[in-house]
Amino acid sequence: MAILWNDIGGKFNPACSSDYLPVDQLRTLQTQRLIAVVHRVYDRVEMYRKRMDERSVTPDDIRSLDDIAKLPFTVKTDLRDTYPFGLFACGINEVVRLHASSGTTGKPIVVAYTAEDIDVWTSVMVRTFAACGCGQGDIIQNAYGYGLFTGGLGAHYGAESLGATVIPISGGNTDRQIMVMKDFGVTAIACTPSYFLHLIERAGNMGVDIKDLPIKTGVFGAEPWTEAMRKYIESASNIKAYDIYGLSEIIGPGVASECSDQSGLHIFEDHFYPEIIDPETGDTLPDGAEGELVLTTLSKKAMPMIRYRTRDITSIIQEPCPCGRTVRKIRRIGRRTDDMFIIRGVNVFPSQIEEALLAVEGTLPHYQIILMREKGLDQIEVQVEVTEEVFSDEVRSMEKLRTVLAQSIERTLNIRVGVRLVEPHTIERSMGKAKRIIDKREM
Amino acid sequence: MKIKQLSVFLENKPGRLSEPCHALSKAGVNILTLSLADTQQFGIMRLIVKEPEKARDVLTQAGCVVKVTEIVAVEVEDRPGGLADILEIIEAADISIEYMYAFTFGRKDKAALVFRFDDPDKAIDVLQDKGVNVIGGLELYDNAD
Repeated sequence: MAILWNDIGGKFNPACSSDYLPVDQLRTLQTQRLIAVVHRVYDRVEMYRKRMDERSVTPDDIRSLDDIAKLPFTVKTDLRDTYPFGLFACGINEVVRLHASSGTTGKPIVVAYTAEDIDVWTSVMVRTFAACGCGQGDIIQNAYGYGLFTGGLGAHYGAESLGATVIPISGGNTDRQIMVMKDFGVTAIACTPSYFLHLIERAGNMGVDIKDLPIKTGVFGAEPWTEAMRKYIESASNIKAYDIYGLSEIIGPGVASECSDQSGLHIFEDHFYPEIIDPETGDTLPDGAEGELVLTTLSKKAMPMIRYRTRDITSIIQEPCPCGRTVRKIRRIGRRTDDMFIIRGVNVFPSQIEEALLAVEGTLPHYQIILMREKGLDQIEVQVEVTEEVFSDEVRSMEKLRTVLAQSIERTLNIRVGVRLVEPHTIERSMGKAKRIIDKREM
Repeated sequence: MKIKQLSVFLENKPGRLSEPCHALSKAGVNILTLSLADTQQFGIMRLIVKEPEKARDVLTQAGCVVKVTEIVAVEVEDRPGGLADILEIIEAADISIEYMYAFTFGRKDKAALVFRFDDPDKAIDVLQDKGVNVIGGLELYDNAD
């Protein structure tokens, strides 16, 4: 029998959470909400109405979940092109919060929430923390950045509403993070996995072993990370490391979360309807097939997203989960269509390099990929920080390590790579999302 | 009789050597001797200091990767053939030397040879058997002061 009550605590009650809705009821709810949101955007947002008119689709054509395929996609540049408020489906008088994502080039994108949207966001974050085994009595250190980034406040509202004790420490000031973690008896932390790695390392330098602290849970998201990295984190800190997923365009964190089974992320599909498409053709793919994740917000009021292309590559897992949740799961996202780079005609994802590095004994979690062009030929150099675990006073062993790492990556990618061993802390630590690739090629 | 040696990983780039040395000087740690092994890409600095534990903490705090290994220091006559005599003993006993370096340490006409052996305990036995003075930490540090 499924254990439904293992994650009870605080405000999360499995008996009335949509996580466990019978599937037929869930589909009915989704259908009703889809119809409502399509009417809403058609009536209120010029871009959606124009695009539907171009395809001769009216809201009345949307009667079932399958009809969603009739609707046009929305992409990131649509948010830039309508900057700042062009996609709002309500007046600014109803908007209670604005967030913005860091625009790496040019303008950021702006996202808006009504009071009702904030309630939905809070509820999905409650479900996220509950799925990660947190509840009342937990002391949660929220090291996601507070501010325009959705991570900080999103996690904050959820954790507080869950009934946990929240420490709104935000990102940065690593020494203080470790002091707080130790002195306050923190039991769970929310941050990016790369920042937690940095915390483990810094704690070690300060003479603190995270394994000795009460912390038992990590709620990690905002960047892709691999299964190998999870194993490394779990064994280095003796916590359970959960993957959560979200994006500002949809709501922020709280779109999907792992449960105790750690076998995929339950997507809160009563609010965010998932589809998998072939990124080349745009065709919808069946459950189980790998492709680009497309999300439609079913209940958002201020800024609904219709068939938003996330550029994240995953697949939907239809099989029931031992945790008893009925909302479907997506596979962990290791790849984004954005992250992919092409080197000498080979498609490469940073996660492949991470897996290869971590496969070598004496794991090396800090790395960066440098792409260069020499004499018209693409070169790839992987810089890897040396750790105490692998460091030897003998030149021979260090040269061997370099060779083994290069071979491990070359076996995966089938192209020659240069591996450079670098001193600790030379690769920039981000307080938020890790920057894995530096492309120095001039196009 | 074994002596603790610190090794520090360095990138082969200008200025990399001064950082750990500054950290040690600020902490008042005196370096008895050091040796550098380098390749095109990286180097390994090996240090002998009086307070290896303290130096290790200082370097780790400064963000260096540090390894403590045990080495064997041997006193040798500062004359032609001094080293050759010692090497002969080691070779005869079939002990591998990973690397070695030499320095003078305040005793007139004597030098110290530092060896990193694959089997330091066996090396010490063999050397002492042949009447070679294997220097302990205290002896080395006191003479260097």
